[in-house]
Amino acid sequence: MEMTQTNSDLLLLLAACCGLLVIATLIGEVLRARLHKTHANLTVETYLTRVHSWWGMVFLFSIALLLGPVGIIVLFAFCSLAALREFLTLTTKTNADHWSLIASFYVILPLQYVLIWWGEVGLFSTLIPVYAFLLLPILSVLRGGKGANKNFLARISETQWGLMICVFCASYIPALVTLDIPGYGSRTPLLIAYLVFVIQIGDLMEYFAGRRIGKTKVAPAVSPKTREGILCGAALAAGLGFLLTWMTPFSPLASMAMALMAYLIGVGGSLVLAAIKSDRGIKNWGHLIPGQGGFVDQLDSVVFAAPVFFHITRYYYGG
Amino acid sequence: MRRFAASIVGHFLIVFAQFITAARADWRGIEPVRRQRIYYANHSSNADLPLIWTVLPAALRRDTRAVAAADYWLKNKLRAFIGRDVFQGILIDRRAEHRTEDPIAKIVEALDEGASIIIFPEGGRNRTEDPLMPFKAGLYNIARQRPEIDLVPCWIDNISHIMPSGEVIPVPLACTVTFGAPVHVREEEAKNAFLKRASDALRDLIPARGHA
Repeated sequence: MEMTQTNSDLLLLLAACCGLLVIATLIGEVLRARLHKTHANLTVETYLTRVHSWWGMVFLFSIALLLGPVGIIVLFAFCSLAALREFLTLTTKTNADHWSLIASFYVILPLQYVLIWWGEVGLFSTLIPVYAFLLLPILSVLRGGKGANKNFLARISETQWGLMICVFCASYIPALVTLDIPGYGSRTPLLIAYLVFVIQIGDLMEYFAGRRIGKTKVAPAVSPKTREGILCGAALAAGLGFLLTWMTPFSPLASMAMALMAYLIGVGGSLVLAAIKSDRGIKNWGHLIPGQGGFVDQLDSVVFAAPVFFHITRYYYGG
Repeated sequence: MRRFAASIVGHFLIVFAQFITAARADWRGIEPVRRQRIYYANHSSNADLPLIWTVLPAALRRDTRAVAAADYWLKNKLRAFIGRDVFQGILIDRRAEHRTEDPIAKIVEALDEGASIIIFPEGGRNRTEDPLMPFKAGLYNIARQRPEIDLVPCWIDNISHIMPSGEVIPVPLACTVTFGAPVHVREEEAKNAFLKRASDALRDLIPARGHA
């Protein structure tokens, strides 16, 4: 009974996503056809490439959801791998870090997702912030070799930061599936869709509103995001949170507050990652997703919001 | 049979390298078209050759042979198979006293057969702090003999971190190979001036970072 309820919810959600994407694709194609007469419009082209990437993401996400929790966990483990690769490609490192990098990719990353699969909150919420945090620098210092003491603090901090963002925070997205919420049953995959949805739609609103009416940049050195754009995005995210209450265990008001919080943390996260990009002199983290750059570019805001969203939900609604 | 095995192993290496590094070519100064070329690249790891090999489009790869060290690649049967059959290596002994034929003549012969070549002009793996070691004369001697062929600089980024020399397990970091604008030896150009110019052309392809 409960299973069918979940499945019908998921199907409804999928249909809604496809419907939105059909509309988004149509708008893009019509705009392109109309504007192309005068001059090729870069904004529209970028927008269409993005829509195409979303089709891909919705497709992958649907398959993962249909396979159940394991599908989702495996999907995000691979996202984490791609993101961590992008991140650690740009960090400070020397040969002395070889062991700790090997351990990050081949031990900590898989282990984190296995712990998520087991649903061991006590373990997956400490593996990276406690164990990796303390053990990896030990590996780096023991490995030694030429240049082992150079930039030591920068090296170990940057590796740890990469693990925190790309593995620890990212793994909280699939971890939502493992939440045990009384009266909510096995509908937890909907929480992922909810989180991704309110943040992404809010981001989209912020992008377009920012272009139209944006004036005051919030972090002019690193990002074109404006206060006006963010306000519009936040309003839409809160509104969506209200409309999507049915997907959550929250009350309508709580759902609005959760959506708003997730969106705002998300904006903060994409600003922080933009600052890192700007420091390293790059525009995108990678090149694997057409029109969006890399995995870190795509996940940035959701990744920041996920752990907070998880722990607040667990604290107030968990069994 | 041997060719077939070589092609299988070649494809396996490519898939493996793609999975680990998401390797990508950035054709910045030149287009990936089927023309005879001499690709010259920085060398800091045993993974360098497989990586250039991976990012070259298949049509170009078929015509491309690697200039490689015989004293390394002929050490055992497996290496000999990979070096000779998979990378179609032109194997040169780095120890002059062991040579039976002129290495430059051997390379020029391969060029005259129509092959493009990959060469590491530093003459060995770079273990210094400097991104590039001074080039050996080989590149100049080849360019002198066949001045019409494009010399294409290829910067292999990050590879020293993916697989530092002496390590066996590669760290899956992203790797980009940047192909720059071709260089030609000028008439009357002296050896050192040319080698410096070729080396600078390669150095120019190093991506700028906040810090290295």
